[in-house]
Amino acid sequence: MSPAGRRIQAVAMGASWGGLDAFSRLLGGLPEALPVPIVLVQHQRHDAGEKLPALLSRRTALEVVSPEDRDVLEPGRVYVAPPGYHMLVDAARRVCFSMGPPVHYSRPAIDELFFSAGYVYGSGLLGVLMTGANNDGAAGLRYIRMRGGITLVQDPATAEAAAMPASAIEAGAAMEVGDPDQLGHYIMEEVFG
Amino acid sequence: MKPEAEITDEAVNIEDVEIRLLLEAIYHLYGYDFRCYSKASLRRRILHRQQMSGFSTIMEMTDRVMRDRHFFVNLLNDLTVNVTEMFRDPDFYRAFREEVVPVLRTYPFIKLWHAGCSTGEEIYSMAILLEEEGLYERSMIYATDIDKGVLSIARKGIYSIESIRAYSENYRRAGGKGSLSDYYTAKYDGVIMDQRLKRNIVFADHDLATDQVFGEMNVIICRNVLIYFDRELQERVFSLFLDSLDLGGFLCLGTKESLRFSGCEDAFEPVVAAQKIFRTRQIHERDKK
Repeated sequence: MSPAGRRIQAVAMGASWGGLDAFSRLLGGLPEALPVPIVLVQHQRHDAGEKLPALLSRRTALEVVSPEDRDVLEPGRVYVAPPGYHMLVDAARRVCFSMGPPVHYSRPAIDELFFSAGYVYGSGLLGVLMTGANNDGAAGLRYIRMRGGITLVQDPATAEAAAMPASAIEAGAAMEVGDPDQLGHYIMEEVFG
Repeated sequence: MKPEAEITDEAVNIEDVEIRLLLEAIYHLYGYDFRCYSKASLRRRILHRQQMSGFSTIMEMTDRVMRDRHFFVNLLNDLTVNVTEMFRDPDFYRAFREEVVPVLRTYPFIKLWHAGCSTGEEIYSMAILLEEEGLYERSMIYATDIDKGVLSIARKGIYSIESIRAYSENYRRAGGKGSLSDYYTAKYDGVIMDQRLKRNIVFADHDLATDQVFGEMNVIICRNVLIYFDRELQERVFSLFLDSLDLGGFLCLGTKESLRFSGCEDAFEPVVAAQKIFRTRQIHERDKK
């Protein structure tokens, strides 16, 4: 814990197949007054449009937005990566986009977000990886952990698609494992505790 | 549960310095200036190349970059992201047809600058759109990019069969009036764009980071280029655009880009906000202040 008080300064989340339900449960348990921003990647088709923020905001008290280039990350807001772009965080803690090649066949890719946010926030980042059918996010989550951040992974037994959380556990990226509700409790403990 | 960081802040600071040194080396040896690019996305692409090529540090890769031009060209290709499609973001082209074309119709001559045209797909898209609106005869499109390699692809106008299928769907959604196949000829495993489309296109290499104004443009299209620049360079480019635009000229940005940090937001008014089409305010409106 830093002398300034709260250690965790931001939360980064990723999921693929089954992510909408998992995110709904996880975000649904978090309060409007969350003192940190959340950056979120859900794998989507590049032509999926901008429906996801609206869908998620019906299920959480948090404000869910589709950010624009260089938006400043603000507490209590969820920033959803738009389809077709990698979403990164820069040193000024602003949203930054890239149309670099897909990673694990996906753009946005969870690894791109996790590596960039882990780099910037170091031990101030909490990373969450949930349901999905490939191994995007495992390497990035492991990086967050190596930077001294906190890492949570959905219990593969509770995931609609187990491959993604299982590969993160396999890679030694997980510090805690649980269902989305439990992950929500861990987040609350870390950001308010 | 505070763990010891294996990758310390000191280690990432060293990495940061290594990246700055790499960019200096590229600038001094090859003349490409990436020093004002957004570090967050440059970092990711440099680290990808480092991993793929098996260098243990960025410094080691820098040494290779400095001595091996061929390797540098590969890296350049990674650093200048060249993702494009014909009629990419069809809604943008539809909005351009509906809201911008009627204004352009009143002009005797139309100058368009497409900054960061990459391999040319979006240039041919605009040429087709203007042709279908009956404006192409009096139009001139200046197509520029920092990368001479992609410009030579743009000039040839040869694209793969697979990609053209997706482009046909974009074309339809963009409000195309015929069939995209009216504008290309299948050849071997690719297609070649109707060479007549090139009659009013000027291709030129131009670096937004260092080069100057293009005069009196009616339209500037610069989509998903500014996202790669840091805020200082973004401001420079916005003011370059403002100086290059004729009175009431249009500026078209990428869907995730905005004028908020441009330093000249007041000089523009939105035309189709959702599609990031803006227009410079007319003099008399500026005078009202």
